[in-house]
Amino acid sequence: MIAETLYAVLVGPFRDIVTGPLFFLEVLIGGIAAGLLYSLVALGFVLIYKASGVFNFAQGVMVLFAALTLVGLIERGVPVAVALLLTIAVMIVLAFAVERVVLRPLVNQAPIILFMATIGLNFFLEGLGEMVWGANVKKLDVGIPDESLKVAGVLVNKLEMTAAGTAAVLVAVLAVFFQRTRIGRALRAVADDHEAALSIGIPLKTIWVVVWSVAGIVAIAAGIMWGAKSGVQFSLSLIALKALPVLILGGFESVPGAIVGGLIIGVGEKIGEVYWGPLVGGAIENWFAYVLALAFLLVRPQGLFGEKIIERV
Amino acid sequence: MIYREAGQFKTTYAGDQAVFPIVQDRVVVALAIVAAFVVPPVLAGEYWLQAVLIPFLVYAMAALGLNILTGYAGQLSLGTGGFMAVGGYAAFKLATAWPGLNVLVAFLFGGLMAAGIGLVFGIPSLRIKGFYLAVATLAAQFFLIWLFNRVAWFSNYAPSGTITAPDREVLGVLVTGPNSTAAVRYVVALAFVVVFAAVAKNLVRGRIGRAWMAIRDRDIAAEIIGVHPLRTKLLAFGISSFFCGVAGAELVFLYLGSAETLAFDINQSFLVLFMIIIGGLGSILGSLLGAGFIVLVPIFLTNVPHWMGLSMSVALQKQIEVMIFGGLILAFLIVEPHGLARLWQISKEKLRLWPFPH
Amino acid sequence: MNRYAAPIVLLAVLVALGPTVAPALAQDKTIFVPLLVYRTGAYAPNGIPSANGFNDYFNLLNERDGGINGVKIAFEECEMQYDTKQAIECYERLKAKNPVLVNPFSTGVTYQLIPKAPVDKVVVHSAGYGMTASADGRWFPWVFNFPMTYWSQASAFIKYVGQQEGGMDKLKGKKIVHIYHNSPYGKEANPTLEDLARRLGFELTLLAVDHPGQEQKATWLQVRRINPNWIYISGWGVMNQVAVKEASAHGMKMDHVVGNWWTGTEVDVIPAGDAAKGYKSMNFNAPGAGFKVHQDINKYLYDKGKGAGRRDGIGEVLYNRTLINAMLNTEAIRTAMTKYGNKPPTGEQVRWGFENLNLTEKRLEELGMKGMMRPLRVTCENHEGNGLAFVQQWDGKKWNIVSDWIEPMRDIVRPKLEAAAVEEAKKLNYSMRDCAKEK
Repeated sequence: MIAETLYAVLVGPFRDIVTGPLFFLEVLIGGIAAGLLYSLVALGFVLIYKASGVFNFAQGVMVLFAALTLVGLIERGVPVAVALLLTIAVMIVLAFAVERVVLRPLVNQAPIILFMATIGLNFFLEGLGEMVWGANVKKLDVGIPDESLKVAGVLVNKLEMTAAGTAAVLVAVLAVFFQRTRIGRALRAVADDHEAALSIGIPLKTIWVVVWSVAGIVAIAAGIMWGAKSGVQFSLSLIALKALPVLILGGFESVPGAIVGGLIIGVGEKIGEVYWGPLVGGAIENWFAYVLALAFLLVRPQGLFGEKIIERV
Repeated sequence: MIYREAGQFKTTYAGDQAVFPIVQDRVVVALAIVAAFVVPPVLAGEYWLQAVLIPFLVYAMAALGLNILTGYAGQLSLGTGGFMAVGGYAAFKLATAWPGLNVLVAFLFGGLMAAGIGLVFGIPSLRIKGFYLAVATLAAQFFLIWLFNRVAWFSNYAPSGTITAPDREVLGVLVTGPNSTAAVRYVVALAFVVVFAAVAKNLVRGRIGRAWMAIRDRDIAAEIIGVHPLRTKLLAFGISSFFCGVAGAELVFLYLGSAETLAFDINQSFLVLFMIIIGGLGSILGSLLGAGFIVLVPIFLTNVPHWMGLSMSVALQKQIEVMIFGGLILAFLIVEPHGLARLWQISKEKLRLWPFPH
Repeated sequence: MNRYAAPIVLLAVLVALGPTVAPALAQDKTIFVPLLVYRTGAYAPNGIPSANGFNDYFNLLNERDGGINGVKIAFEECEMQYDTKQAIECYERLKAKNPVLVNPFSTGVTYQLIPKAPVDKVVVHSAGYGMTASADGRWFPWVFNFPMTYWSQASAFIKYVGQQEGGMDKLKGKKIVHIYHNSPYGKEANPTLEDLARRLGFELTLLAVDHPGQEQKATWLQVRRINPNWIYISGWGVMNQVAVKEASAHGMKMDHVVGNWWTGTEVDVIPAGDAAKGYKSMNFNAPGAGFKVHQDINKYLYDKGKGAGRRDGIGEVLYNRTLINAMLNTEAIRTAMTKYGNKPPTGEQVRWGFENLNLTEKRLEELGMKGMMRPLRVTCENHEGNGLAFVQQWDGKKWNIVSDWIEPMRDIVRPKLEAAAVEEAKKLNYSMRDCAKEK
């Protein structure tokens, strides 16, 4: 009995992997695609946390809000390109509003207070988005058919590949933005030390508006990719939960961390669910992702790419 | 002039450090507790008891628990829903396996089981800190919900997985189950909150509470002055989970009557966290005020259009309600970032001086 | 404290004092029906057409016929966001208006309301959802789930598969996967499917999808590995849209993917576009806006600007379902009136009406619903009635009926159901009543 259980847990799944390498490859690709989609959401969190130390609970709702605005505009006959620009404009306006109404009055408060403020923002945007655009599900057609191709015997989904490509491009652009541009350097300075950044003349408020705008644009990208999968509807705001283990694993301050974290979580939870899930009745991927993240954190308490915590008295 | 403290002298340290050092406070609190036990069961209708006051008390209990862990010991937890589920299911199993048992004992058993589980998931807190610690508690949240959903034994093999509170009597009065009255369930929930608020208050102002606060404020410094970090943190996890477990048992037995695992999902964890932040971290009163805010304000906002005789579509009404609720959270934070409890404290200071400016 | 303080304190006082104002009492010349709806939140796409159907049918009766036998129907919506706790708040609030029946419109909420029903004297009608065991009226006098239960539905699905495969004996060795919402609702069909798998010899795999179900990659990878002959889906909300899309993306034969009747409405397939073509689902109400009742709704409501939703929503699957659900409510009340007279009935009287409901073909024709559903007869023992289901298929534009009416395997389902009813009733301390003594 015990031997059988041990065999089923420790040997069986690996035997399955070895005997069905093509299927394993599919699981792997599926995991990578899902992981990059999580990363896309996690990126928004990271940008804001990096520059303002705020854990933005409203990121999920921002994804929903952006997607709703885009689809709502398209439904009203606005050409796609114009609608996209208008949505970006809306997200920038939102960034200004957040800086003015939420961040400025709460400057220098404890992180948990700012976190709570974003919860208020979360509720507000949730109500506003539904009120303006309606609660019904909307079809988002990005022009990429959600069909699969067989490449060397492996099923590959076009939409997921596009999403993965978009995520990769977005990260590359953000990396260049952070490393090479003037404002990117200013952002990094602010992330390092608010006061030092202020004293050398970096305008904190502008920086905040910039990061919230960029996070808003990332939210649009995430909204489009997830919205193409499920239609644009309220549930989009719940994907923030799937980004949470990614964020924790990758480290709150690290853009590459969000990507690598996403890949590890995506691949890990799919392999866990497909090969080990059936042994215990399935639907394990939600907690499996957290246990996976926990395992990494026990080794590196600050996340994979997080800044090393130096503790002093 | 409201507080006339002239003539109240403290001649002992114990008197100075009492929970309510001012006589008027003691009188008002005592009266309020008596009123809370007597007035609603007599006057309030079933709607008030069942849909407003009982959930408030149940969440107040959970908020007390989380505030011990997060507010006093500084350990962020998003596993409240999971620990509540442990309490709910453990109490259900015990109450159905042993029908003759006093159901209140089943509640405490639920709390104990939750405390045990809380200890296990508290172990990573020694190594992982801050927002990162949320991962350990989130793992608890998702794993526990999955477990109760998955293993049919926990729900006594009900095909749907729903657990139903059985009819149980305490001292000849029906306390739980579909045939019990809301008034009785209210009184039981209130008694639990009163007793455990007192327990919590006395814990946090004693040796244990000071150790928790030392860990919260600077854990390395606390360790150097001789506070054992693992023991202190685990104690916080255990006691906090005990409170949450009792709250979970109350949620099933006193409030919902029957529950599925969805009743304990991640949203519950967030809700309770919102309560203690908006109410005031590190404040017993804050836990109660926060629970009141998060439970009562949405219900109030839902009812406003009815009282005003406005007719608008329920969808629009809900959306406006959600927006106002969000706006209120922001407004309260901007006025007083340290929560409702601090707001109350400031008002009280003013009241003590009023009508004199100094 | 600063300049914001005064208005905030004022607001806090309002919060504290406001609720003391008593709610207005309903008129006593009407029948009050509370509507627990979800027009916002994660399940709104399903909730909106459902709520509109109820509204339109009650309004139609009030506008066209002046109510039921001259007694108007008063109804009030309460937004509950498919959330059990909010639903309780709604129910308790609307209880003050003396409702005679309630449609929970959520399986979770049904479980909440079942214990309250005999205490509050309010009939719980969960039409095509809720607790399957409550179909045994001897144990659950106050709960009705006609026209059909999840168990009957699952057996009808297996029967359909048998028909398609060329006989029930051909099911042996076939592979069937059930993908279900990991909640009491989703799990309901599992015992029946497991039982049938043992009897008929097909291989059954159960795959759970957690709420909300946006990410089903792992589930569908497993489906692909199993490579089943048939797939049965019990989903709700966003899970449906994603499941339909993933099924096609993973190269499943769409006409072998069958949803249950909550997994086959317009909003479930439209976001998937062409990928959804060929997808099937169970149903017990005919889709489409071509029935006489729809003409009346257009004439009496939408032409006068009194419709609850948009005109193009008329005839959607869920809209038609709640039209029928509302009709079953009102016909039961009408039945009660044949015994107790044309005045607002009490909960007890409405319960009798539900129990003695006999909906004939002729009556359906009078109601303008001929062909929308099957005649139905409810008895004291059988609260499920004798409803039948059929299979519908999405052609990219609309749902088409592609099977005959299918009789569920009552001989297999009913004994199981009675055994489950004993178990469920034991939890609530119910005792069995003797139907022979009831009239």
